[in-house]
Amino acid sequence: MEAISISPHIKRKANGKISIKTGNKSERVMKWTISTLTLLTIMAFLFFNYDGLDLAKAIPETAYNLKVMFLEPGLSHFTWGAAFYQVGITLGLAFLSTILGAVIAFFLALMAATNLSNKWISKTVRIFVAIVRAVPTVLWVLIFAIAAGLGSEAAILGMLFHSIAYLVKAFSEAFEEVDKGIMEALKATGASWWHIVTHAVVPSTFTYLLSWTFLRFEINFSVAVAMGAAAGAGGIGFELFMASGFYFDMREVGLITYMILLLAIILELMSTRLKNRYFPATAK
Amino acid sequence: MNEKVMRNQRKWQTILFAGIIIALTYLSSDITDFNIVHGIATLPDAAIWIFSNLFVTQESLERLPKILGKLAETILMSIAATTTGTVVALFLGLMGSKTTGTSNALAMFARFIASVARNIPVVAWALILLLSFGQNSVTGYLALFVGSVGFLTRAFIESIDEASQSAVEALRATGATYFQIVYKAVIPQCLPQMISWILFMIETNIRSATLVGILTGTGIGYSFDLYYKTLNYNAVALVTLCIVLSVIVIELMSNHIRKVIL
Repeated sequence: MEAISISPHIKRKANGKISIKTGNKSERVMKWTISTLTLLTIMAFLFFNYDGLDLAKAIPETAYNLKVMFLEPGLSHFTWGAAFYQVGITLGLAFLSTILGAVIAFFLALMAATNLSNKWISKTVRIFVAIVRAVPTVLWVLIFAIAAGLGSEAAILGMLFHSIAYLVKAFSEAFEEVDKGIMEALKATGASWWHIVTHAVVPSTFTYLLSWTFLRFEINFSVAVAMGAAAGAGGIGFELFMASGFYFDMREVGLITYMILLLAIILELMSTRLKNRYFPATAK
Repeated sequence: MNEKVMRNQRKWQTILFAGIIIALTYLSSDITDFNIVHGIATLPDAAIWIFSNLFVTQESLERLPKILGKLAETILMSIAATTTGTVVALFLGLMGSKTTGTSNALAMFARFIASVARNIPVVAWALILLLSFGQNSVTGYLALFVGSVGFLTRAFIESIDEASQSAVEALRATGATYFQIVYKAVIPQCLPQMISWILFMIETNIRSATLVGILTGTGIGYSFDLYYKTLNYNAVALVTLCIVLSVIVIELMSNHIRKVIL
């Protein structure tokens, strides 16, 4: 008892010894998370469906395929011009869904930001966005494909949904960080809501909005490749699907992969530079 | 005067920027055959179609056990790909980071592997692996695994660079060995961040697993594709609902964990 009254801030065990390990909540949760994940992984390997798997054959075959892909790339079913045209289609899909998504997300984000809109509208928009985000893009594209027909429209609408959901979250967070003082000052002069948006909110967040939009463009490029392959949206993804699934032409797959890789790396370098410039806190 | 010039310059910049965006938009819609008016016009149609066809019926509920089995397979596949990817990414991350890296060549190697694995889309890996591994969970698992390694390595390099400079120096001064430094200073400091990234990766992987499943014929993606192609839209609705619920539940769980540990 005496010891405790001298130093009340030191945690002691029942016998009076100072406990060295203070198992706090965060540590317990981390341990619990790691052990649960490990357990689930072991379960996963036990329950996997191993039908038709022959590792002894599959590994050397894949190694051979990879070798052909990366060391002897070439085109056989279409020309270089067509290949660049298909890359253009993929970039176009990504660009359109990003830019339309950014415009729509801007307005939705104004409604979702708690400092610019009322509580209920903000909540509704947030729940809507969360549900939209939970449906994988490919399902959106396939669902729209029934109504709009397979092709660029279904792909862009499907990708648009996800871009909006992503950007609303990013934009509304940026809006919420706008300096309260500026908004109050404008309000005091009798400025309308729209004035506040165009003269205080947009100028102070514009660069953030642009960088987030570009980051989404980078994501949308790889999504567009995927949609081409899985949902018949056209573009280089579709050619990749045809080359590997129908022609079994590893050299063509290799060349297409190189083209995608090159573009993706260029986009990544650009977005890393943007991040370092505008979000030094998160990038460093 | 100076201010006026600057304002003018600013105006021109804005106009130029807007012009470029509009030109690119026009070019993109031309090359992809996208008609914005028609696109918007199909939205109500799509909404009507969704509400009149995409609902769960008694009959489709009978398929629920089968769908749940596939869903469990998909979720386990994503988790396994993430955790095993984490182990590899941890080594690559330690190699690639400036604080813990031992040589420049190794660091370059780690960053190169991560960049290639990350930037070749999961779809491409799935298609390549499908050819020799066949239609089973392992194909999907490997495709997700490669993507996870790429993404997590970059994330881990960033967390390690950010967190551990002074503790590493302090331990080095006491004469600790490399593994002692990593185990006692680097890992404990970065662990919350790393777990946060792992949870994020699991969420991402479950979404990609649907896509990979459609391509490789495994998991919930395969169920979706099957019902979609046989025009059984009630079952499609049920599959979508299952995916949405599981994604939301996993997101809520990981948000909760993140709140406690960060």
